[in-house]
Amino acid sequence: MSAAIEVQAVEKRFGNVRIIQDLNLSVAKGERHAVIGPNGAGKSTTFNLISGHIAPTSGEIRLNGEVISGLRPFEINRRGLSRSFQVTNVFARMTVWENVRCAVLWATGHRYAFWKNVDELPEVRRRTAEILEDIHLFHRRDIPAGLLTYAEQRELEIGITIAGGADVILLDEPTAGMSHAETERAVALIRRLTEGRTLVIVEHDMSVVFGLADRISVLVYGRVIASGTPEEIRGNPKVKEAYLGEEAH
Amino acid sequence: MSDTATSAVDIKAQSRGQNLRFYGIWVIAAIVLIVLPMIFSSGGSLTSFSLIGISIIFALSYNILLGQTGLLSFGHAVHYGLGGFLAIHAMNAVIARGWSIPLPLIPLVGGVGGLAIAIVVGWVITKRAGTVFAMISLGIGELVASSSLILRSVFGGESGVTTNRTDLPQVFGWNFGPQIQIYYLIAFWLMISAIAMYALTRTPLGRICNAVRDNPERVEFIGYDPHVVRYLAYCFAGFFAGIAGGLSAINFEIANSAYLGAVQSGIVLFATFIGGTAYFFGPILGAILVTYLQLGLTSVTTVWQLYFGVIFIGIVMFAPGGIAGLLMMHRPLVRAGSLGLMIPAYLIALVPTVALACGVILAIEIIARQHLPADAQIINLLGIPFSATSPATWLTSVILIVGGYFVARLTWQRIADAWDRATTIARDRGYLA
Ligand SMILES: Nc1ncnc2c1ncn2[C@@H]1O[C@H](COP(=O)(O)OP(=O)(O)O)[C@@H](O)[C@H]1O
Ligand SMILES: [Mg+2]
Repeated sequence: MSAAIEVQAVEKRFGNVRIIQDLNLSVAKGERHAVIGPNGAGKSTTFNLISGHIAPTSGEIRLNGEVISGLRPFEINRRGLSRSFQVTNVFARMTVWENVRCAVLWATGHRYAFWKNVDELPEVRRRTAEILEDIHLFHRRDIPAGLLTYAEQRELEIGITIAGGADVILLDEPTAGMSHAETERAVALIRRLTEGRTLVIVEHDMSVVFGLADRISVLVYGRVIASGTPEEIRGNPKVKEAYLGEEAH
Repeated sequence: MSDTATSAVDIKAQSRGQNLRFYGIWVIAAIVLIVLPMIFSSGGSLTSFSLIGISIIFALSYNILLGQTGLLSFGHAVHYGLGGFLAIHAMNAVIARGWSIPLPLIPLVGGVGGLAIAIVVGWVITKRAGTVFAMISLGIGELVASSSLILRSVFGGESGVTTNRTDLPQVFGWNFGPQIQIYYLIAFWLMISAIAMYALTRTPLGRICNAVRDNPERVEFIGYDPHVVRYLAYCFAGFFAGIAGGLSAINFEIANSAYLGAVQSGIVLFATFIGGTAYFFGPILGAILVTYLQLGLTSVTTVWQLYFGVIFIGIVMFAPGGIAGLLMMHRPLVRAGSLGLMIPAYLIALVPTVALACGVILAIEIIARQHLPADAQIINLLGIPFSATSPATWLTSVILIVGGYFVARLTWQRIADAWDRATTIARDRGYLA
């Protein structure tokens, strides 16, 4: 069986600066995979590469065995990969309901339809309501997304990401800036919503990482320096030196 | 799970309620359109209503781009104009060949013309949004306007192409000579177009247009190609602009290069923006106001464009949501019952603000009329004649501007205070987030 995501020898330069060098990463189907590493290590850039936001300078990325590097984000999304953003990236002037509904439309096959009444699509309505219940925002559905609180916007960010029903989900620091209680709620939510799917998550909170992940990859200076189970990562001297050691101070 | 089921039903009931209200509004609109010429039956009002109807379709089509998809076009008149030319040529062909196509179908030909050019140029124009789109649309507008003067055989040069609408096959015994028949033809197409354009906003494509407007980057990550979305929106906008152009061709029995030039593109932008792009009815209000001003101002002043400019700057600076935005700001207050706090403040502010406006108008007219013949130097303001050359007029203008400004500023402060109180009440009662 091929891996859900396979990143092979990917390099990314911005001008002369090599941000990602010889990146190799493999995520098995159904796995919860955490990517950790210091700020500026290239975690978000890695997500941008996998999701098609930017193209690799060289190397290859596969989704379920199929090469996706060089494809546009919407083409990759249609192949079953969806991502969230570290900085909230929603449709600010549209209501919470509309935000989620837009994310449901392509996956339910309505595409660019201009001959259907969007309010009369039962499947769309049901899925939108379900997602809103899941992310605890149903009661806020008529509010413009731009007026939500920060934590609510983060939950909406997750809602939009999972709404299309993609098999492979990439979440970039979903709990960043949340309080302890909010983080716990968000993690429970992520755990539940990604049940049976492949999850790649960038996360700084080590208790979240070690509690959630089946496997962990450590990214430093645009390179994966270690990849393995939480126990392996915990015991890895290179990781201790480069990353966890610093954190422990 | 059962929770979700009930809430989904709630949503369904809610949208049913909206549907009922929605049909009610269209029925009322249709009745107004039918009754209007019975109340105001003079030739002048029929002509005005006809022009207003055409501008409403044109402005609504423009708002598919500006308000719905976030595309600022400087060349929308290309579709209006080419629709108009195609309609004129179609009418002449129908007359020459004796085809049995009746006049009421000709606006559709205009629509096809506007759509055809959108299909051809739209893909390139909509590749990018923002400034790039605005600049290319301006370029295409200039290109088409200048070729219209060069390709004389198609566009008839300076004088344009004419037709005679009464020579087309008749329907229901109407020959479409009298303006009243043309009015009803325009009203019919106005209803059809407005309903179709509203319906478009309620489709999956229409919703994704809004998403592209808000955040084209994120749209790519929910499966949509923003370029395709913009292109489709552009084609629809071109189609309805073409219908407006076709109606204009029927109304004037002529199409000329002015139809597709920068002035026409500017006026539709102006009307749409003044009306307000965030609500579907905004451009309708804008088209009514701007057409009315155009007709009214041109007969009383030579510098009517200057007033347009002043109004436009005022709206951009003080009410970026346009008239519709201003009106809808008050909706939570109406619901909360706190609108009453605002009305006295508005009424008090009205007096000095009007005085200030009169002072500005006097100043503009004094300057504009210096070199006109003596009989044109009489400024008639609110029934009072002022001489453009008399120092007393200057003095009046200065007093109105300075005095009006200082008093008005106090009353505007009162409005701000009343607004704070009224919105606080609305917020307390849960009608405002
Ligand atoms: N578009 C870009 N152009 C230039 N440099 C970039 C760009 N995107 C990211 N970078 C740089 O790449 C490095 C890695 O950034 P990022 O992937 O956001 O790190 P992380 O998410 O691990 O904190 C940073 O030094 C950042 O400044
Ligand atoms: Mg990051």
